[in-house]
Amino acid sequence: MRLIGLLLALVLLGACRRDADKTVLEFWAMGREGEVVQSLMPEFERRHPNIRVKVQQIPWSAAHEKLLTAYAGDAMPDVFQLGNTWIPEFVVLKAVDSLDDRLTAPQRGDYFEGILETNEINGRLYGLPWYVDTRLLFYRTDILDKAGFSEPPKTWNEWLGMMAGVKALPGEDRYALLLPMNEWQVPVILGLQLGAELLRDEAQFANFRSGPFRQAFHFYLDIFRRGYAPAVSEAQIANLYQEFASGYFAMYITGPWNIGEFEHRLPKGLQDRWATAPMLAPDENYPGLSLAGGASLAIAWNSTRKDQAWELIEFLSEPEQQLAFYRMTGDLPSRRSAWQHPDLATATRVQAFKTQLERVASTPKIPEWERIASKIAHYAEKAVRGELTEEQALTALDEDVDRILEKRRWLLRKQAQ
Amino acid sequence: MRTLFLPPNPAFWFLAPALILIAGFFFLPVAASLLLSFTDFDIYALGDREQLRFVALDNYLRLLHDPLFWTAIKNTLYFVLVGGPLSMAVSLGAALLVNHRLVRFKGLFRSLLFLPVVTTLVAIAVVWRYLYHPRFGFLNYLLGLFGFEPIDWLGDPDWAMPAIILMAIWKNFGFNMIIFIAGLQSIPARLYEAAIIDGANSWHQFRHITLPMLAPTFVFVTVITMIGYFQLFAEPYVMTQGGPANSTLSVALLMFQEGFRWWNLGYAAAVAFALFLIILAGTLLQLKLRRREI
Repeated sequence: MRLIGLLLALVLLGACRRDADKTVLEFWAMGREGEVVQSLMPEFERRHPNIRVKVQQIPWSAAHEKLLTAYAGDAMPDVFQLGNTWIPEFVVLKAVDSLDDRLTAPQRGDYFEGILETNEINGRLYGLPWYVDTRLLFYRTDILDKAGFSEPPKTWNEWLGMMAGVKALPGEDRYALLLPMNEWQVPVILGLQLGAELLRDEAQFANFRSGPFRQAFHFYLDIFRRGYAPAVSEAQIANLYQEFASGYFAMYITGPWNIGEFEHRLPKGLQDRWATAPMLAPDENYPGLSLAGGASLAIAWNSTRKDQAWELIEFLSEPEQQLAFYRMTGDLPSRRSAWQHPDLATATRVQAFKTQLERVASTPKIPEWERIASKIAHYAEKAVRGELTEEQALTALDEDVDRILEKRRWLLRKQAQ
Repeated sequence: MRTLFLPPNPAFWFLAPALILIAGFFFLPVAASLLLSFTDFDIYALGDREQLRFVALDNYLRLLHDPLFWTAIKNTLYFVLVGGPLSMAVSLGAALLVNHRLVRFKGLFRSLLFLPVVTTLVAIAVVWRYLYHPRFGFLNYLLGLFGFEPIDWLGDPDWAMPAIILMAIWKNFGFNMIIFIAGLQSIPARLYEAAIIDGANSWHQFRHITLPMLAPTFVFVTVITMIGYFQLFAEPYVMTQGGPANSTLSVALLMFQEGFRWWNLGYAAAVAFALFLIILAGTLLQLKLRRREI
């Protein structure tokens, strides 16, 4: 209802204030962010009286389709939010403009390197991180205590020992870790931690049967084989928060959005009995790598208002605005200076993310990645269910991914000629 | 040669506007997408037409080896074969009830039962998602009264399709009901009178008068229902997005995902034509069977 009201107000506003001397910027933002960013606009418009921003809110589930359709129909907005794994695709389409000439060096240094790197394709920057996310360990301190561990795990071996300890605690139907088997993130993180190169030869071929990934995949499946994690998919967990509260699982690898959810949905008595910790590492190099995620702001290639668009991006990237945004949405700021504010500096659960954000790696930056990721999830699930052996699953995965990359190989050959 | 210069039949001019519209907005796009299905149009081709390749029947061959396509076919057949007959049975039942001579306020009931058909699906989906909610849903509350365990309607791969079928039947039965009512009203009352005089009970009347007299209506309703149900898309799109574990992925939804999620428009066009062939075959088969019966 609030949304409809908002949109209605927007339409009315648009109808009655069509001043000829004002530049109207079209800005597309997704989901909750699109709803909330509206409240930052009056301040921006006050500082830039000649610009009026038209915010269009798009649900996440339809965002990717809508942006591509807008591109095909030549109806792109001037500024838009996009998930940072989509950037390679929009660069291939020449739908986004490079930001290298606009971003100053001191500004650049303020961003988390690993995250900024996901926005760079062939050495050029195409998006500015708006908020960041990554995955790390959420755990129940009381359950680990009961199993005899006062600290979160730091290495893979420690982790296995801890999971065995939790599993051995009395109580039926108890698991150490929740690992939804239809998600690709954890096997990929484990692989990256061991230094696996997921695709080889300039991402022309799949490389999932290489030593490091094979070892990571084996470790991943072992967690299920030993019964430390239940073989369930995400849809089968009716209520994550209830299950976490009841002790069905003691650890969970997930992202920053769940801090707010857990604080909001877990029973009061449990609030001082859960914590977050950076990802563990295969060796002594704690913390281990995790994935560089988040959303960026980009300028459309064919926009005629690029300077004004950049002013909007700069405004939204100011530490104060990022903090305001954090307070409203819980989205983590992409600039280090915003993290010095007491609001963030004293939030211990959030601080684990700060540590982790300094240790992130990106997935291969090619347009085919999301498709490949869905294949990894597909075959990981088959292997967990035991429908395929480890070897069969990796072979089938390599075959499928090679087929997906066929066009890319053809294009690279064509370019080489 | 001379016939070329003769003024065309005046009827042509009357038909021309409609023909032009059909040609421009139906045959042309269909022909274009047929061409598209012989190419590998994808995200690269969208950015630069130079990167488009003609692949002949490659998309169709790949389709035959795509396990996802066969899953989609299986799910769609499940929906058509279970949902179709059930939906027709419900429509016929509702039509018989509403048309019964003892029922008063016939117009009111007809309108009420027709309401779901004209309501937008998105609004219906919101309400049904509450009904299906595993913990607070009304359906599980009812089951609980009879001592059954709650069912995770939309989350359990075995229950998601039945849940979609139930919702689709509720949404669509009103349309066929109206057609059945029209069919029922065209049956002459004297047939029933004669049967009553001969001592036929109401089951006999239904079996030997109503059903045979409704046969032409049945042909129409079956064909229309089948065509509609084969194109299952909106229900799983708004309720489950094809999940859980692809258990509600229909052929049309697969086409949409390939086309607009992965932007493989060439492949998606091939899926579309495969669906077209399936529906065409199904329709021809039905017409043939019915013709033999009549």
